[in-house]
Amino acid sequence: MALARSLTKVSMTLRGLRGAVGTCQHVRYYAEEAPAHAPTKMSFTFGMPGEMYYNQSSVKQVDVPSTTGTFGILAQHVPLLAALKPGVITVTEDDGTINKYFASSGTVTVNADSSVQVLAEVAVPLDQLDPEAIKRGLSQAQQELQAASTDVARAEAEIAVEVHEAMDAAVTGK
Amino acid sequence: MATLKRIQTRLKSVKNIQKITQSMKMIAAARYTKAERELKPVRLYGDGATALYSAAEVEALDQKENHLIIAVSSDRGLCGGIHSNVSKAVKATMAEKGDTANVKMIIIGDKARTQLQRCLLLFICRLYADNIMFSVNDYGRKTPAFEDASMVAGALLDSGYEFDTGEIIFNRFRSVVSYKTSSQPVFPFNVLSQSEKMSIYDDVDSDILRCYSEFQLASILYYTLMEANCSEQSSRMTAMDNASKNAGKT
Repeated sequence: MALARSLTKVSMTLRGLRGAVGTCQHVRYYAEEAPAHAPTKMSFTFGMPGEMYYNQSSVKQVDVPSTTGTFGILAQHVPLLAALKPGVITVTEDDGTINKYFASSGTVTVNADSSVQVLAEVAVPLDQLDPEAIKRGLSQAQQELQAASTDVARAEAEIAVEVHEAMDAAVTGK
Repeated sequence: MATLKRIQTRLKSVKNIQKITQSMKMIAAARYTKAERELKPVRLYGDGATALYSAAEVEALDQKENHLIIAVSSDRGLCGGIHSNVSKAVKATMAEKGDTANVKMIIIGDKARTQLQRCLLLFICRLYADNIMFSVNDYGRKTPAFEDASMVAGALLDSGYEFDTGEIIFNRFRSVVSYKTSSQPVFPFNVLSQSEKMSIYDDVDSDILRCYSEFQLASILYYTLMEANCSEQSSRMTAMDNASKNAGKT
């Protein structure tokens, strides 16, 4: 229904344009120069339900792992939406201090006014992760994956394995 | 005739009730301090979750077809008019809509469910029983967790119901003696993707946006649950304080 509606919308717009423009192609250009009044400071919000680590703080850079790859965010980043994947979020503060957090999943929003919201389902400082517990959890998750009989159970076990592998990589790689 | 004996018994029973209301007040006070402490970070989280709506100027589409109402109450009473206010707000929205065939409701907590599914005077009258998509009970005993919110959001997504506009009706906590029944709009991902300002966002494909809006729905719902929880505890504290005072007057 929604598809049909958007199609009719598009065809109506096209009909209106036909007289004015011969061929209309969508072309991507280089980014325009940022306007002078654009905020040069980032307003960074990061946390999980029950605990916020940053609230509209000014930071230099944030690196987030997303489903489309890890990327860094500086002030005046192009507006963007992304889904987090399990991995390490690195926050470089204005004075150069680097804080690392592990996040399981969530969302990243970069708005045009340089405000950045990273909302995680669960996020903890990286040094709070226990390598032993991760190893145990990983082997347990793998066993569950072996034993999974239904699609839902298999998907859940796969997610658990993915998160544990990411945690393992984060802890050993630091 | 009120005999002396009867008055004595009545006085004794009022004293006993007072003991109960006093201890309920103490419990509510303890739970309220906890809820208020926990609300502070959650408010920031809620601001973060709704930031996109204001930044991208998301507005409902012109064709208002399917409307979704999520009413947030709980299972437990004895807390003033907090649940009836939610029900009243829902009824007002329904009256405003006129044609309610396309309106669906999700009700959290037994209190609002009993108020909304049947008319209290005429038990035969099915008030909004046909509009209720599902209701959730066994809620309100413990502090709401993010899992509660994601479970409700998951059930909504599983139901296959596609809404064009949505709102969460809940009690926003203002101070220990005051709350305000408010409405928080929520938008599904097709409205998000058709929003005008969405084109300035880079690299938005429908898969990412779907993931994004699903998590956003759970986050916003979690925020409203926490607000409602804090209002409920503060309201119960006031209600039980008043009840104890009234019992003390005899």
